[in-house]
Amino acid sequence: MLSVFMAVLRRDLLLAWRRRSDVLTALGFFLLVTSLFPLGVGPEPDQLAQIAGGVMWVAALLATLLSVSRLFESDEADGTLEQMLLSVEPLAVIVLAKVCAYWLLTGLPLVLIAPLIALQFSLTPDETLIVCASLLIGTPTLSLLGAIGASLTLGLRGGGALIALLVLPLYIPVLIFGAGAIDRWRAGLEVGSNLALLAACLLVALAVAPVASAAALRIAQD
Amino acid sequence: MAEATVPLISAHALACTRGSARLFAGLELAVGEGELLQVGGANGSGKTSLLRILCGLSEAESGELRWGGEPVKKAKDAWRAGLLYLGHRNAVKDDFTPLENLRASAAIAGEALGEDTALRALVDIGLGARLDVPARNLSQGQRRRVALARLLCGTRARLWILDEPFTALDVRAVAQLAGAMADHIRGGGAVIYTTHQPVEIDASRRALLNLDDYAC
Repeated sequence: MLSVFMAVLRRDLLLAWRRRSDVLTALGFFLLVTSLFPLGVGPEPDQLAQIAGGVMWVAALLATLLSVSRLFESDEADGTLEQMLLSVEPLAVIVLAKVCAYWLLTGLPLVLIAPLIALQFSLTPDETLIVCASLLIGTPTLSLLGAIGASLTLGLRGGGALIALLVLPLYIPVLIFGAGAIDRWRAGLEVGSNLALLAACLLVALAVAPVASAAALRIAQD
Repeated sequence: MAEATVPLISAHALACTRGSARLFAGLELAVGEGELLQVGGANGSGKTSLLRILCGLSEAESGELRWGGEPVKKAKDAWRAGLLYLGHRNAVKDDFTPLENLRASAAIAGEALGEDTALRALVDIGLGARLDVPARNLSQGQRRRVALARLLCGTRARLWILDEPFTALDVRAVAQLAGAMADHIRGGGAVIYTTHQPVEIDASRRALLNLDDYAC
């Protein structure tokens, strides 16, 4: 089970390395959208710091939505997905490996670049740390939930719009807890509870999403 | 078809509907060790649908499927481990070399495949000179060979289900694949395949299933 997980993870990372430009789209989107806000709202430091958490979280969410629809697309197009369904290994493990690779390629870069974005919003180092921590715990949940949407809309025309309708409602709790963390900090409240709730969301998604996504893939291939 | 031993796979009263069209109904088949079954029929008669049902990618509308005499729902693990399916699509990644493709597909299937065995299979199937070339630069026939190299790696699968395996292959590769299928059958394996090409495969127990006979 572990060997197939590692094999699929390595395979997806290697494939992404061979087509680097695909990976950079989500990151570029995140960078651009977050940079538009200081330009649009104006350079008022207080105002920017106020909206920073929300803006970064919504941008991360949309960046995930933009790229996650392609999670199974190429495997389905070339027939690899059939072979995954026929594997003796549990499909959920293969899905989990694909989601892990996806998060390493699109989620983690967002977390790593977030401190740079935080500068534009004139956040203090403490505030930056909290935004990064919330993104670090929250983005894997976004990837996992996105995988459910990606497998449900696989092979549908106009799947891109549909996946937004399916997945965005599921993102709402993550958005509230994630963006709420920095607001609580700025209000002088403790943020541990918000991060703990984000972690709880992640655990639930970890338990449910691979299985749900695997079931949806089996139906989609029928 | 000989019924002396329990067949590897058998289907009873199988019916399949695609969209609003009923493709076949009341289909019976049994394939045991050392047997070769060619599925024939006109275009659109449901050959691919039947093969996908047999390997579990699609659900039959009605009827029962048994693996080793047991309903497949009970013998799911043995069923999955016991068959190898190669469909129309090659499951070959454009960005991978033949060797990377072969090892990745073995890993996805859950089989360990050493580099030596993989290399030998690729050289045997005539890709020795193209080992470092990404699959995007290979011809259609060569990409097909990358997928078919799985069959030469000594898989644990006893039943091969091959959908149009000879498509896009040249004469030499066709003969080689026919030889590999014959070897597999001699070694106690079984093969179910479809083809529109007249290819002679050396097997003592062979059968032809014509889906036109079961059309609705």
